[in-house]
Amino acid sequence: MSRDAHPPTDARRRAAGGGQGRRGRRGRALEGAERGPGAKQPGNGGGARSPRVSRMASAPTSKYNSHSLENESIKRTSRDGVNRDLSETVPRLPGETRITDKEVIYICPFNGPIKGRVYITNYRLYLRSLETDSALILDVPLGVISRIEKMGGATSRGENSYGLDITCKDMRNLRFALKQEGHSRRDMFDILTRYAFPLAHSLPIFAFLNEEKFNVDGWTVYNPVEEYRRQGLPNHHWRITFINKCYELCDTYPALLVVPYRASDDDLRRVATFRSRNRIPVLSWIHPENKTVIVRCSQPLVGMSGKRNKDDEKYLDVIRETNRQISKLTIYDARPNVNAVANKATGGGYESDDAYHNAELFFLDIHNIHVMRESLKKVKDIVYPNVEESHWLSSLESTHWLEHIKLVLTGAIQVADKVSSGKSSVLVHCSDGWDRTAQLTSLAMLMLDSFYRSIEGFEILVQKEWISFGHKFASRIGHGDKNHADADRSPIFLQFIDCVWQMSKQFPTAFEFNERFLITILDHLYSCRFGTFLYNCESARERQKVTERTVSLWSLINSNKDKFKNPFYTKEINRVLYPVASMRHLELWVNYYIRWNPRIKQQQPNPVEQRYVELLALRDEYIQRLEELQLAGSAKLAEPSTSPAGPSPMMPHVHTHF
Amino acid sequence: MLGKGVVGGGGGTKAPKPSFVSYVRPEEIHTNEKEVTEKEVTLHLLPGEQLLCEASTVLKYVQEDSCQRGIYGKLVCTDFKIAFLGDDDSALDNDETQFKNKVIGENDITLHCVDQIYGVFDEKKKTLFGQLKKYPEKLIIHCKDLRVFHFCLRYTKEEEVKRIVSGIIHHTQAPKLLKRLFLFSYAAAAQNHAATDPRNHTVMFDTLKDWCWELERTKGSVKYKAVSVNEGYKVCERLPAYFVVPTPLPEEDLSRFQGHGIPLWCWSCHNGCALLKMSALPKKEQDDGLSQMQKSFLDGIYKTIHRPPYEIVKTEDLSSNFLSLQDIQTAYSKFKQLFLIDNSTEFWDTDIKWFSLLESSSWLDIIRRCLKKAIEITECLEAQNVNVLLLEENASDLCCLVSSLVQVMMDPHCRTRIGFQSLVQKEWIMGGHSFLDRCNHLRQSDKEEHQRQLSLPLTQSKSSPKRGFFREETDHLIKNLLGKRISKLINSSDELHDNLREFYDSWHSKPTDYHGLLLPHIEGPEIKVWAQRYLRWIPEAQILGGGRAATVSKLLEMMEEVERLQEKIDARPHGQGALLAEAPLLLRGSARLSALFPFALLQRHPSKPVLPTSGWKALGDEEDLAKREDEFVDLGDV
Repeated sequence: MSRDAHPPTDARRRAAGGGQGRRGRRGRALEGAERGPGAKQPGNGGGARSPRVSRMASAPTSKYNSHSLENESIKRTSRDGVNRDLSETVPRLPGETRITDKEVIYICPFNGPIKGRVYITNYRLYLRSLETDSALILDVPLGVISRIEKMGGATSRGENSYGLDITCKDMRNLRFALKQEGHSRRDMFDILTRYAFPLAHSLPIFAFLNEEKFNVDGWTVYNPVEEYRRQGLPNHHWRITFINKCYELCDTYPALLVVPYRASDDDLRRVATFRSRNRIPVLSWIHPENKTVIVRCSQPLVGMSGKRNKDDEKYLDVIRETNRQISKLTIYDARPNVNAVANKATGGGYESDDAYHNAELFFLDIHNIHVMRESLKKVKDIVYPNVEESHWLSSLESTHWLEHIKLVLTGAIQVADKVSSGKSSVLVHCSDGWDRTAQLTSLAMLMLDSFYRSIEGFEILVQKEWISFGHKFASRIGHGDKNHADADRSPIFLQFIDCVWQMSKQFPTAFEFNERFLITILDHLYSCRFGTFLYNCESARERQKVTERTVSLWSLINSNKDKFKNPFYTKEINRVLYPVASMRHLELWVNYYIRWNPRIKQQQPNPVEQRYVELLALRDEYIQRLEELQLAGSAKLAEPSTSPAGPSPMMPHVHTHF
Repeated sequence: MLGKGVVGGGGGTKAPKPSFVSYVRPEEIHTNEKEVTEKEVTLHLLPGEQLLCEASTVLKYVQEDSCQRGIYGKLVCTDFKIAFLGDDDSALDNDETQFKNKVIGENDITLHCVDQIYGVFDEKKKTLFGQLKKYPEKLIIHCKDLRVFHFCLRYTKEEEVKRIVSGIIHHTQAPKLLKRLFLFSYAAAAQNHAATDPRNHTVMFDTLKDWCWELERTKGSVKYKAVSVNEGYKVCERLPAYFVVPTPLPEEDLSRFQGHGIPLWCWSCHNGCALLKMSALPKKEQDDGLSQMQKSFLDGIYKTIHRPPYEIVKTEDLSSNFLSLQDIQTAYSKFKQLFLIDNSTEFWDTDIKWFSLLESSSWLDIIRRCLKKAIEITECLEAQNVNVLLLEENASDLCCLVSSLVQVMMDPHCRTRIGFQSLVQKEWIMGGHSFLDRCNHLRQSDKEEHQRQLSLPLTQSKSSPKRGFFREETDHLIKNLLGKRISKLINSSDELHDNLREFYDSWHSKPTDYHGLLLPHIEGPEIKVWAQRYLRWIPEAQILGGGRAATVSKLLEMMEEVERLQEKIDARPHGQGALLAEAPLLLRGSARLSALFPFALLQRHPSKPVLPTSGWKALGDEEDLAKREDEFVDLGDV
């Protein structure tokens, strides 16, 4: 439909014309700019923190006191010179153009109203406080905006009651009060609407205008052939097929699929007629030793009459036999039993015992996208702007959010356990196989295969199980789309990242990446700065030439990997990770869901981590020192008695106490 | 209903009906093969400990994954502990090397650790006490440290069952004379070690010198003096022989009301402000003369401490506007019940409503209020420069609690091991906290259940309220020693007032100096259950190779490596050792440690996941959404 059709050249010209028109800052990746959405509020009581303490002296994290955005913009002022001073303090990406600026009152839910100037570009809303005692900066990509509402009318009397209320996709609201006279609110509303929801205005999404350059190309991270080869595929039982090269078999699947060796392309076509949206069972992962597999697909089209399809039945049996086991194939239907039954009414359903003798079906009771959306809304209700105080625990429970997380994790554990035990191969589906199925297969793979716990491995996992297999990012997130109430929207991917965070919390040494990595992914899930999460499936992306015309999020991350690394990471091959899916261990991800609240902000990094990083540095220093001593020692042997060797008085000694 | 029997495909046996009687029948329990030979495990007796009774062929159940296993052995009862001597190969065999000072083994229950004893009669669980007419098939022991033991007596000779069951009941429930407590026979039989220099040892505060040393350390000696007026407990038995009071206080005042109404010094802050405590004067309703005397006495006292050089005094009456001991006791009994879990089914059944169960116990809220009170007092001392006088009936319960919490927050010395031990000695032991009553070591209120409705709040608070607090503090200490900010605890139902809010927010907005003032977070989401204490015995709750234990062991390994490198550099002129370091000795194979290490036992097969046996719960008001069709969007747009 129209959401995909924006003639790029035309739109680009228009966008450029609309702004104040200085472009061409290309090639300068902004340091620190990837912090992306983030209000920077130096401590309200203690004033600004000391900006940088030496590495060894337990520096408070740079995460919250980084002023790199500011510094960057100040530098630029001096370079450009010509422009009005204030407007020049706004950070800008190459390809980003300024649209307007306005004086507003930002109604900060934590510190009260703050007078400021808001700058709107085609990428972001940037607010700088005009009050001397506040260094508040708000830097919000427009992509994060879900809804813009006018508050107050011409007759509004109350202080700051006339303005805009902006609902964001990242668990916050922004309220601005504007002057009633003039047309400042109407202007701001129109401009924001236009650039936050470009699809409704035939404008391009910012990712197509972004001219950032990075020294690595994130688009090359995932190569399906290489990934399957890493898994040892193809082999005697599994082949790679190009039957979907032009997306004719299934328009929401990737071009390249791995299917049983014994199933012909014709078999696949016949199976496709019996699976919802032709999403046939294909391989996601194979166990390197026992050769059991995880296969994913959509529901069978059983319908009310209980239709059967011999080809589908045979196909599942072929899959079952690939690991030379006589046991049954295990089918995990992610839905609750009732929903699966109900789906028969609309032509769907599940694999019955009668039709599939060699399969055993389990329901995993994970709810649909609507339930998840409402659950997250409730989470927001109890954490923003104020954290529910008096009955925090029961309020948290009533959102059911962690309960859903528990069910998703439990399902994934069962998939992983079945495959790891080598007892049988596993087939996973829900209705269409692009939401819950993606969660289950990717989480199970994360538990089974330590490769996916590295930074690049995780990128590959997301690229493979989510992006290439058609998780409908465009519909679930609503990139550039103004219809905030669209029933298609749902935080399925966020829920997956939350599950990953829960795992990383339970196994703090098992993941190469840190929390910041996960938060960065979520920030750019909405920001529209990168092409990574745009569109619903690979075929659409290909049509839009996304890889040619946009930058990948992985370019940003991989060109600055150190920031996203977990110092405790210990590579362990072949260790299966089973998180404990008990409410006793699941936690609300405070650093994500409550990050806008300055009172709840948790310490980053934690002291144990800080201490560890210090020790790592000390170890490296000692090793170097030892090497030097060794060199000096051998030199001394050649030329004796120059200086007495010994420990350097400069050497700091380890303090084992805190 | 829904979800039943469809979840849990990988988790071994299906869960039986969700009552506590969900045990596998003894016939089904697979035991260790060499069982009946009953490999003799010797009973370790401490000096002065005596064996009282024993029973053979007792079967101890071990929870493993979701099924139970039995181990045959001998159940014994001594005058110190109940012990099970079985050939349990699942126990850590390197126990001895890991814990050199471990006196109480995995299968030992000290008599004072027993909380409740249940008997199972025809699959029904009943509390056991007093004389029994009938002896149970099974004995379930709930411990105060939250362990749960199941002993099957079905294969034990009848007279042995009688002897061991009545022996255990008697020795854990009958009132005891103080002089009969095991520690006395132990102390008589064991060697004594005397402490020496306070700088390297716990300060016991049993000499004038110790108090002077503490005064010097906190620079409190300018305005406060240590006194020996209570030597030989002439003034008061509750008070320690030596204590500290404001310098100008006349000695005769001290003995006036047996130490009541006297501001006792706890600690001095760097700015000279002090934390004081006072036990209230006994209330005399009728006797006007006496209350007049009390009033003028107190006026005199206040005059002394209100005058320079003393700062303004703020009085904090803990008896009237803070928690009651009964609140604490009630909350703790509810709370601990959440962790005394009989089996896997019970664990998963309660899992789904975990947060509301936690909340209804109010324990975390109580913890939060204690921390908040301590922060308030810290704010007075640190920011407002006033002295704080804690007031309580005997100044020996909430005073101990609040004053030691304040010191942990404000005084980094109290966060060292020695410093913390000294703090406990000063505030709790010398502070006169009645451990004997609070922990009910003499088991005097054996009719506690009946007394509850009638009697005094204090009798009701017997058993173990303070213990919980005590542990919380240990928690803080441990976290601090590991370099983590002190525990983050719970819900605020009341807003912080402005000064406090500003103090609290301002502290939290600045980088933390771990060697300075430490304030815990007290917002709802920050207050969590102390998993290492409360979940340590629950097999389902173990995260193998994970949790803080994983990062801390990495830290320790790195510390060892750095130390070794340092030694190499120091020894460099002599040794020419290769650069490659050998594997660290400590905690090797940390991947297999439980997240609850060092407290938890490893009873689970490391490669098996724990799977919830019941996960699904009705969504209530979301039912309509849940029933909604999974989307059928026209795919034409992709």
